[in-house]
Amino acid sequence: MSKETFLKTLREKLSFLPQEDLEERLAFYGEMIDDRIEEGMTEEEAAAAIGTAEEIAEQVMSEIPLSKLVIKKMKPKRKLRTWEIVLLALGSPVWIPLLAAAAVVLICVYAVIWTIVICIYAVTVSFAGGAVLSVPGAVQYISRGNLPGAVFVLGAGIFLAGLSILMIFVSIWITKKAAKITSRLLLWIKSLFIRKENKES
Amino acid sequence: MDIQLKRGLLDVCVLAAIKNEDSYGYQIIKDMKPYLELSESTLYTILKRLETADMLTVRSAEHGGRLRKYYHITGKGLARIEEFRDDWKEILPIYQFITREEAEHE
Repeated sequence: MSKETFLKTLREKLSFLPQEDLEERLAFYGEMIDDRIEEGMTEEEAAAAIGTAEEIAEQVMSEIPLSKLVIKKMKPKRKLRTWEIVLLALGSPVWIPLLAAAAVVLICVYAVIWTIVICIYAVTVSFAGGAVLSVPGAVQYISRGNLPGAVFVLGAGIFLAGLSILMIFVSIWITKKAAKITSRLLLWIKSLFIRKENKES
Repeated sequence: MDIQLKRGLLDVCVLAAIKNEDSYGYQIIKDMKPYLELSESTLYTILKRLETADMLTVRSAEHGGRLRKYYHITGKGLARIEEFRDDWKEILPIYQFITREEAEHE
């Protein structure tokens, strides 16, 4: 990708930034590419060394606090007319509950994701608990003179112990996934504000 | 390296890179490379933060027929490095405490 194309793509991806901020960033990346070319890299190599436009856009987006995006979005671009203020006030019984509902839905999604994680841990713990309890269980059987029963319970216990060890790895994997999904979700919420911004401008 | 620890060090490292003479973006990245790997986007954010905090100033200068931005450290920036040095004086004994050999305190 040439410097020109790279900066053009980046401009599109970063269009959610305020104009001044955007120009400054593009100039910065442009300078970085020029300096690399001067050092002997080809234009393509220099652009590639900076990373992809998608990566940069994602990083920029994750660095902007959500509150800033919301404020930027909520701030009217011109002064509100009187009738608009009246309409906002009169409409508040409608839009405030709607907004609250949207927030609650998001909180629920978070809760569901982390509930799954908690469930997986609970399963792991119960497997481990079953394994431990199989020992007194087996003792009970022996005291009653039921040897096959004791062997069966002990065997089941060993099986559960194996399962719980396996589940520890599954739990760790799920936790990492959940953390990733929740951070993705935050990015997505941010992108909602950004997309609307683009349409309006 | 621990990400939180790295984040704390990055600002001071960038200040250190322009401490002796004014420098520009790509040069800062090259100077830091043996010690800390940082991306262009990260550097941009740090430079912006340091500029807002009055720890450095920016000027554009001609270079090979184009403009290049040079970063100049301010008194406040130098003070930040000094502060880091003082912090480090306190950290060093703690580091030695953490990593001391078993034999030493027996």
